[in-house]
Amino acid sequence: MSVFKLRRQAGRLSYKVAFVAILVLTFTACVQKEPPADLVIINGPEPESLDPALTTGQADGRIILSLFEGLTRYKADTALPEPGLAERWDISEDGRTYIFYLRTNAVWSAGEPIAAEDVVYSWRRILDPAIACEYSSLLFYIKNGEEFAIGKIKDPSLLGLRALDAQTVQVNLNNPTPFFLDICAYPTLCIVPRHAINKSGDRWLTAYPVPSSGAYELETWRLNDKIRVRKNPRYWDAANTRSSVVDLLPCLSASTALNLYETGQADIVWDKELAPTELIDILKKRPDFHGFDYLGTYFFRFNVTRKPFDDVRVRKALAMAIDKERIVGKITRAGEKVAHSLVPPGLPDYASPPGLEYDPAEARRLLAEAGFPGGNNFPLFHYLYNNTGRNHEQIAVELQEMWRRELGIHMELRKLEWKVYFRAQNMLDYDLCRSSWIGDYNDASTFLDVFLSNNGNNRTGWKNTQYDSLLRRANAQRDVAERAKLLQAAEKLLVRDEAPIVPVYIYAGFEYYDTNKIEGVFSNMRSEHPLRTIRKK
Amino acid sequence: MFILKRLAYMLPMLALISFLAFMLVRLAPGGPFDRERTPASPEIERALNAKYHLDEPLWQQYVRYLGDLVRGDFGPSTKYRNHTVNDIIAQGLPISLSLGALAFCFAMGVGIPLGVWTALRRGRWQDYLGGLAALMAICVPGLVIGPLLTMLFAIELKWFPVALWESSWHFVLPTITLGLYFAGRIARLMREGMLNTLHAEFITTARAKGLGEGAVVWKHAFRLAVLPVVSYSGPLLADLLTGSFVVESIFQIPGIGVFLVNSFQNRDYLMLVGLVLLYAVLLLGLNLIVDIAYSVLDPRVRYE
Repeated sequence: MSVFKLRRQAGRLSYKVAFVAILVLTFTACVQKEPPADLVIINGPEPESLDPALTTGQADGRIILSLFEGLTRYKADTALPEPGLAERWDISEDGRTYIFYLRTNAVWSAGEPIAAEDVVYSWRRILDPAIACEYSSLLFYIKNGEEFAIGKIKDPSLLGLRALDAQTVQVNLNNPTPFFLDICAYPTLCIVPRHAINKSGDRWLTAYPVPSSGAYELETWRLNDKIRVRKNPRYWDAANTRSSVVDLLPCLSASTALNLYETGQADIVWDKELAPTELIDILKKRPDFHGFDYLGTYFFRFNVTRKPFDDVRVRKALAMAIDKERIVGKITRAGEKVAHSLVPPGLPDYASPPGLEYDPAEARRLLAEAGFPGGNNFPLFHYLYNNTGRNHEQIAVELQEMWRRELGIHMELRKLEWKVYFRAQNMLDYDLCRSSWIGDYNDASTFLDVFLSNNGNNRTGWKNTQYDSLLRRANAQRDVAERAKLLQAAEKLLVRDEAPIVPVYIYAGFEYYDTNKIEGVFSNMRSEHPLRTIRKK
Repeated sequence: MFILKRLAYMLPMLALISFLAFMLVRLAPGGPFDRERTPASPEIERALNAKYHLDEPLWQQYVRYLGDLVRGDFGPSTKYRNHTVNDIIAQGLPISLSLGALAFCFAMGVGIPLGVWTALRRGRWQDYLGGLAALMAICVPGLVIGPLLTMLFAIELKWFPVALWESSWHFVLPTITLGLYFAGRIARLMREGMLNTLHAEFITTARAKGLGEGAVVWKHAFRLAVLPVVSYSGPLLADLLTGSFVVESIFQIPGIGVFLVNSFQNRDYLMLVGLVLLYAVLLLGLNLIVDIAYSVLDPRVRYE
C-alpha cells in the first residue's frame, strides 16, 4: 500500500474519529436536562441491588422501603412498626401464631390487588436456597424456615406460612418472638411483585415499569448517577405522600456531599458516613447538623483459640486498660458514647448489665495473675483492621499505645483490604480484630444472637453452652421482664465474665438538613427515614 | 496490509490479556461474597457460588466467559446484582469517553501552544514561567487540584457547579482537573521536540531559503516536533477515555473509572475483566491510530 493512499485513509479515519467524538460530545452536552425533582437526597453508596431479597446495605434498604412495603412499615418518627400492607393482625395467646389481614385497598402500582399469595411468595423466595438471600435468617423464626433455607426440607407447604384466603396470611413461629412485627417492616421482608419476577427473572428491576407496593415507583436508575422515584398514586396511603418526585444520589465522598448540600444541589444528606470528619468540630455546632445515636456498636474481637487470648484474665486485662473516653473524645468526635456492653441503650424493655470499666491497676493485676507481670514474656500480637471506613487506624494506634503504656505489651498493626479482612476474620486468622455490628431490629437479640456458638458471624472461636441456653430460654419466654433478665445474664457473660469481645463505643452520626426548609425527617436510632413523610416547605 | 496485520495481532493479544486478568484477580484472597455478615448457612454461600458458576474449575469458567464474550456478553456483576457488566459499560462509558475527550482537547489545546511558545523563547523569562507552570501541572495531583478548583470556582466564585454531570457547565472543572497534568506533560514534550527540531539542518536550509519565521516554525519544524506528542497521545487518550477514579469520585461523575477500581476491591471478577479488556481494546486501537498518524506526519516513516 502506498504511503499516499495510507495517508488519505488515515486522513479520512481521523476525520471519522473526530466526527464521532464531536457527536458524542454534543450528545452528552445536549442530554436533555431532566425537570428538577421536588427533593434531592444524598443517600450513601450506590445500591448493590434494589431487590429486597438480594441486598443488605442500609442505603439500598432506604430506597427499597420507598418502593416496596412489608406487612408492617416503620413509623416516620420512631422507626417502630405500624400497620403497612396488613391493616391489622391477631396474635395467639402463646405468641406463636400471627394472622395478618391485608388491606383491601392495597394494590400494585399497575392496579392488580396485592394478595395473600404475594406475601407467601415473597417470603418463600427469601428462604429459597436457590435465591441465596443473605438475610434469610430473618425468617428463621418461622416454623421450618431454617430447615427449608438449608435444604433439609424441600416442601414449601411445610413452612409455617400460608394464605388462608386472598386477604389473610397465617404465620406460625417457633417461639414467641416479640420483635416479629418489627422484622416484618425490614426491607428484606418487603412484598415483591411475583408477576414481574416471573416474567423478567433476574432483570425485573430494570424492566420498566417495575410494579411497586410502596409509596413510590422507580422511574430512573442510572448507576452511580441517580435514582429517581415518583409518587405511586395507587399506594394505599398515597394521600399522605408528601413529595411527588425525589432524586436519591449516590455519593461516597463526604466533602462532595457537603459541597452539594452547601450549594443547594442537595436538600438532605442522611448517610452518617458522609459528614466530613475533618470538619466535624465546626459542623456539629450548626443547627442543620442533626446528631443521633445509632443502633450499632464498635468493638473488637479476640481470637480465643489463640494463646494467650484463650485466657480470660488476659482478655479482661486488655479490656480494662482502654481509656474509651479518649477514643470518642479525640478520634471519633461525632458524639459517640463509650460502650461497656454490646447492646446499645435505648431499646424497649432492655437495659444492658454493667461491663468492664477502665481500671488500669486491676488490668495490670490480672495480667500478672495470668503469668505476664508488667507485660513480661507477653508474645507479640497483631491487631487486624480494614483499610476502608474511618478512624480504624487511629483507634488501632491509640490501643497500641494504651496497652504499651498501661500493660507493657507490644502489639503490631495489620491493615488489610476489605475482602481480605473478612476472609481472615472468618478463618480465625487473627489475634485481635476490629469489628462492628449494626442492629436489624429493635431488640437485644439482634446483637446477642451473633455470639451464639453456631452463628456464622461469631468469628471469635468462643463457644459457650450457658450463653446459648440463656438465649434459647429467652426466646421461648413470653414474659417481657423475665426475657430481659435472661438476655442480661447472657450479655453479662459476653462482656463481663468471658469477654471474647470488647465493646468500644456506640455509633453516632450526623444527618444534615435544614429544618427551615425541610419537614418530615426525624432522627431515630435506626436512621430510618420513610420518604413518604418528607417534603420541602 | 499493515493495518490488517496489526488488527490480526490484536486478537491473540486480547485473548492473552483476558486470560491474565481472569486468572490474576482470582489469586487475590477474599471473594465477591465475603462481607460483614456471613450468610445464614453454608448452603446459601454454595447457592451463590453456583449461581455465578464460581464453583466450577477455573478453566471451565474461563471457557464459559470466552464463549459469552464472543456473543458480546460480558457477564453479570456480582456486586451490582441487578445489572450486567454490559449495562454498566453502556451507562458509564459514554460519560467517561466524553470527559476523556474533553480533557484530551484541553491538554492538547493548552500543552502544545505552551510548549511551542516556551521553546521559541528559550532561556527568557517566558520560558521559565511556562516551564514552571508545566512543572506545577505535572507535580500537583488531581486529588489536590480538584478540591482547589472546586473551592475557588464553585464555592467562592459560584461560576461552576461543585459536582454531578448534568450540563455543559458541569463539565468544566472535571475537564481541567483531569487534563491539567497531561497539559503539563505535553507542554514539556512539545518544548523538547521543538528545540531539537529547530536545530536540525533542514530548518537551517529553510531559513537560508529566506522563509519567514512563521513558516519555518509551523510548516517545517512543527510537523516533526509534534511527533513525541503524537506517540504519547495514544496511550494518553486510552488513559483518559477509560475514566479516572479520582476525578469521578471528586465530582461524583457516573463514569467507569470508579467501577474499574472498585471492581477489584469488590472482587467483582467479571466486571474487572470486562473493564480491563475495554481498556486494552482502546489502548491497542489508539496505538494503531498513532502509528498511522506517524506515517502521515513524518515522511521518513513508511509501513509496508
